[in-house]
Amino acid sequence: MTEGILTTAYIAASILFILALGGLSHQETARRGNIYGIIGMAIALIAVIASEFVTNYAILAVCIAIAAVIGIYVARRVQMTQMPELVAILHSFVGLAAVLIGFASYLDPTTHFEGPDAEVAKTIHEVEIYLGVLIGAVTFTGSVIAFGKLSARISSKPLALPARHWLNLGLGLICIWLGVLFVGAEEHSGFLPLLIMTLIAFAFGVHMVMAIGGADMPVVISMLNSYSGWAAAATGFMLSNDLLIVTGALVGSSGAILSYIMCRAMNRKFLAVIAGGFGTAGGTTAAGGDQGEVVAVSADETAALLKDAKRVIIVPGYGMAVAQAQHVINDITRKLRDQGVEVRFAIHPVAGRMPGHMNVLLAEAKVPYDIVMEMDEINEDFPDTDAVLVIGANDIVNPSAQIDPSSPIAGMPVLEVWKAKTVVVMKRSMATGYAGVQNPLFFEDNTRMLFGDAKASVDAILASV
Amino acid sequence: MKIGAPREVHPGENRVAVTPDTAEQLRKLGFSVAIEAGAGEKAHFSDDAYRAAGVEVVEDVKALWAQSDILLKIHAPETHPSEHLEETELLREGGTLISFIWPAQHPELMEQLAARKATVLAMDSVPRISRAQKLDALSSMANVAGYRAVVEASNYFGRFFTGQVTAAGKIPPAKVLIIGAGVAGLAALGAAGAMGAVVRAFDTRPEVKEQVESMGAEFLMLDFEEEGGGEGGYAKVMSEEFIKAEMELFAQQAKEVDIIITTALIPGKPAPKLITEAMVESMRDGSVIVDLAARQGGNCALCEPGEVVVRRGVTIVGELDLPSRLPTQSSQLYGTNLRHLLTDLTPDKDGRIVVNMEDEVIRGTTVIKDGEITWPPPPPPPSPKPQATPPPAKATATAASPQSAVSEATPEKKPKGLATAAMMGVGLLALLGLGSVAPADFLAHFTVFVLACFVGYMVIWNVTPALHTPLMSVTNAISGIIVIGALLQVSNEQSWLVVVLAAISILIATVNVFGGFYVTQRMLHMFRK
Repeated sequence: MTEGILTTAYIAASILFILALGGLSHQETARRGNIYGIIGMAIALIAVIASEFVTNYAILAVCIAIAAVIGIYVARRVQMTQMPELVAILHSFVGLAAVLIGFASYLDPTTHFEGPDAEVAKTIHEVEIYLGVLIGAVTFTGSVIAFGKLSARISSKPLALPARHWLNLGLGLICIWLGVLFVGAEEHSGFLPLLIMTLIAFAFGVHMVMAIGGADMPVVISMLNSYSGWAAAATGFMLSNDLLIVTGALVGSSGAILSYIMCRAMNRKFLAVIAGGFGTAGGTTAAGGDQGEVVAVSADETAALLKDAKRVIIVPGYGMAVAQAQHVINDITRKLRDQGVEVRFAIHPVAGRMPGHMNVLLAEAKVPYDIVMEMDEINEDFPDTDAVLVIGANDIVNPSAQIDPSSPIAGMPVLEVWKAKTVVVMKRSMATGYAGVQNPLFFEDNTRMLFGDAKASVDAILASV
Repeated sequence: MKIGAPREVHPGENRVAVTPDTAEQLRKLGFSVAIEAGAGEKAHFSDDAYRAAGVEVVEDVKALWAQSDILLKIHAPETHPSEHLEETELLREGGTLISFIWPAQHPELMEQLAARKATVLAMDSVPRISRAQKLDALSSMANVAGYRAVVEASNYFGRFFTGQVTAAGKIPPAKVLIIGAGVAGLAALGAAGAMGAVVRAFDTRPEVKEQVESMGAEFLMLDFEEEGGGEGGYAKVMSEEFIKAEMELFAQQAKEVDIIITTALIPGKPAPKLITEAMVESMRDGSVIVDLAARQGGNCALCEPGEVVVRRGVTIVGELDLPSRLPTQSSQLYGTNLRHLLTDLTPDKDGRIVVNMEDEVIRGTTVIKDGEITWPPPPPPPSPKPQATPPPAKATATAASPQSAVSEATPEKKPKGLATAAMMGVGLLALLGLGSVAPADFLAHFTVFVLACFVGYMVIWNVTPALHTPLMSVTNAISGIIVIGALLQVSNEQSWLVVVLAAISILIATVNVFGGFYVTQRMLHMFRK
């Protein structure tokens, strides 16, 4: 197969990838989009495998077969509540692959540079390798730690080392210095600086994600998504492969936009999230100890309230995912809708542990997606709503984001549930949310607290609606 | 401490201050509870039901009063008919009494209770602040009264409430006018609306318009500007012109409507006379007026408190005991109000009450403390205006002239613009620098890269937020395209190390491709309408 056909295949694959992402703009077209992605990937892989560059079919076949089995097995088995973990671990694979390909590219004895620009070309090539490996390494360990935190293998509390910003700065400077050594090194003798830098980048990835708290996970996941894209793009530069560059850029900007959306939804600066340690500032959280008192209700009363309401909005949060309550919620929703109650869901952008997490869980439970609303779509409807059911969410329904300028979450867009006639908050205890901020919502006159395990509570509600 | 609830001796009273339900909750606070035998009978709570809730049933009324540290009642103490005794005499010296008292109307009762060195909490004196809503018995009783008013009206009204078109002819819906959209008014509004009547409501406080309309009723507006909200959310006396305009409206409405339910009260004043004799005259025969202000003299000029009378063909209901006519419901609500009050009084849940006069709610409710009259309480703070604007963040900004505020704001903006410009300049220079040294080959790739970034930017913004998780998994899958890099390396014939590294890369990156696409497909299958 000629180089021309290979390039054509790359173009086709690029277009199909763009269509795949474009398809996700609506639920109706999303599945078709995914098919485009699969076709694009197949075209690209077949074209490369069929080209003259690939001859080592035995190893190739074995690797792909094993990987296909593992990939499909994992994808079939994963619970929808575990999606963030799966996404995190898949990011780490891209990162590791970028590191290994970078190494291989440097060690490849067949690489030669000729012509008048040889020296510059070599430098650029080595800078590309260096960057590719650096980004890949950070992505790899960062994602592994994110996976550990999301699957609760590692505590989700932010780890705050003393002088951690100086530590990061120091590591960064060492990486630059090693980079100078690496690029300046003679033919292949720069491997040692490259290796040391990789280890430092590994450590940097670990430290970066360890310092970030559980509630900031949506940002971290999107950021690592972005990094895995940039790693692929850097690899593309290194290998002069336009398809990798295009795909990497697409993924990279996708992740960057998601990070931006998540940060905006929390009213936080991207750098502040990455610098980590949310809620450790102290001082402000203790303000206003005497906020009044809460009114507790039973599951029966909640069920009666929901049945008597005309319009109900359910606000799910990470607690719903933890309790695996989405199926029961769907049953409650169906029963209420059968009784003529209008039930809708309000999803805050950062509810859950990754962007769109709640939507996937509700979809899994077969909640029709046209009653699942975004914050901006539904926030104005709360005043006309009879009952709001808040399940396992806290900071995203906290009015102090709007009324208390000294609050750590001040300015964060929140769901204005307190404007509804009655709000029932399901909660395990009076503990604060991830941001460590007391929630004045609980003390509002129209708020009722339903204490207890979310799963047990929704089961009890289902029994009495 | 021991809580006792005697049978109500007020004529026609069916309610009881403690129900089996609330008794159980009081016991959880650490109290022991006793009732007089038969106290709950008229509210359909049998003595056995109380016993089942762990309540002691005491036959002798004197013994009950004597042994109870806290007496829970509905009506203020009065003469006991069978024992020929004053209930105040039965109250233990230094005991605690919680009931309706109406201290302003009953100064001599206050003196008697003070002489018993009693502590008295009056359920009618609960401050009208939001924190105290759960113990506001006036509201909960008004709610019942409002509902019952509609039931009474329908009892005397000779027609349907709802309009129908039947084979036997057309039935027009009843038109109901409700004056005063407080708790009782809103409850009446809801009940009448639910029965199918056409409901209109009037109130001097324009802020209740929204509440009235939210219940599906029409709010009658006066073409007149005057704010009717007084202290604590109650209505106040209006100006003469306002009343004139108001009366014109009522006169005109009286000709149209079938049923009028009046709930207009001004605290500490006799009820305003809103429905004149002429208006009653103008109403159709068979119309009904229910006057919920009868106890304070009535809103209707022809109303006779405690009686149902027919005047000029219109039935005028002046019954005083409407809450008592739904005794089970009222007892439960009142009992729950008392339970909330006692919860506030027992901060340690150890069955000992602490009358904390620092607490605004308890201070307002307590009318006699250890024999000392503490009524009236100091005036409550004015009720906050709805949607009060938060004070400006910088206190100094309000004092400063507008000019200084402007000069304060501008330096913030300038550096931002400068920073953007500087960033762009640096970026441009970097690009120029790159372009001057980099080979054409690299620049071609760079062009592709920059364009792809922009395409990605455009495409991703269109992705619906609901699909962000599938977006991440599909980008995960396509970033597995990195496998191409490894594919190009795996056939290297000169270095086995490169082959091994490439093989591992293929392995993990392909997991991504298959896993990512598969799980995306699985997720997208779940999204359904």
